Amino acid sequence: MGGLAHYLEEDGLATTQISLIRLHSEKTRPPRALWVPFELGRPLGPPNDAPFQRRVLMAVLELLGAESGPLLVDYPEEAAKATEDEMEGWVCPINLSPPAPNGDGETRQHEIESEMKSLWPWYDLAMENRSSSNLGASGLTLDQARDVVLSFAKGEPSEAPVPGVSTAEGLRLAVDDIKAFYVDAATAQPGNASGRDIQDWFWRETAFAGLLQRLRKKLMASTDEELAEAGEWFLVPSSHWLEESYYR
Amino acid sequence: MARLEDIDALMREELIELECPEFDDDPWVTAPALADCRVAVISTAGLQRRGDRPFELGTADYRVILGETVAEDLIMSHVSTNFDRAGYQQDMNVCFPIDRLNELAEEGVIGSVAKFHYSFMGATEPEEMEAPTRQLAGLLKADDVNAVLLVPI
Repeated sequence: MGGLAHYLEEDGLATTQISLIRLHSEKTRPPRALWVPFELGRPLGPPNDAPFQRRVLMAVLELLGAESGPLLVDYPEEAAKATEDEMEGWVCPINLSPPAPNGDGETRQHEIESEMKSLWPWYDLAMENRSSSNLGASGLTLDQARDVVLSFAKGEPSEAPVPGVSTAEGLRLAVDDIKAFYVDAATAQPGNASGRDIQDWFWRETAFAGLLQRLRKKLMASTDEELAEAGEWFLVPSSHWLEESYYR
Repeated sequence: MARLEDIDALMREELIELECPEFDDDPWVTAPALADCRVAVISTAGLQRRGDRPFELGTADYRVILGETVAEDLIMSHVSTNFDRAGYQQDMNVCFPIDRLNELAEEGVIGSVAKFHYSFMGATEPEEMEAPTRQLAGLLKADDVNAVLLVPI
């Protein structure tokens, strides 16, 4: 991001920016930067908190009034975290069925289908409240996206599942759409759950995440280099590369 | 928690080791008074209009986002799994603060909001983004933009 600021200023445009990794801004020295202490993915702070976002926005815009730089200013306000009551209220409504012990592939497929069905009412509620979703990057319906992922898990991968992009990219987009569905459902009720809270729920408690953990290991051994790379890096975040006993 | 100590060990190590572009100079353009600024956003969140081409690994291209964009028109297709998307899914303003900017413009705190905004996907080598960024400089000036807000993810 700091590099972009250099190029734009050289070309005559004033810039100001948010910095997430302070170390990187120290190295690239953008003309004006506001370092914020929020988690990656939330540079303006918590969702649905317009006053908070406005304060951050004003702080970064006000750097435009500086007479010289480079400036790297620390934003002093922390984002609020969920209380225990809010977390309880957030987790409990989504009552996932218990995992089938030693389930074979077919059992796991049914588990995932059943799990996704149980999440639909929460997804619908989320859409009523916010009328937007990140679902749709693949262009597939949710059922189609699920079937694409299952086809890879079964060892009979769909070829070119998404028109215009490679097989590996198509898989990645299908996975991202399903993750978006789960996260939309999980955040249907308002609360201050952090991204980490939601990731922990998804990766430790859902059958679909268990499938992705297994698929990651399977694809890493693929002779198709692009699929092996997608499997290793773009299905599961490194914060949740879990041992088998920690996922479903 | 964009403090390095709050990030998981693997990613923290990667971020610490990440090579950043180095510059010999510190270019500086004096900005107009805030009330006279026409502001555009450049995001590296891999944002695109619904129906536009998704971002692919290693690409340094950008997508155009209209100023009147509403949340249902926007999709994030960034390849990285290593940042939170749940915040964005609940409220696009956590990384694309277009509603907040429009409010500031309506109140006269800033002059106006650009007609066009842009998104790259930040998992790309910064040097590869130089040429498209310089192209954007011309497009931004054509939109009478005089202040650019850069927002990482």
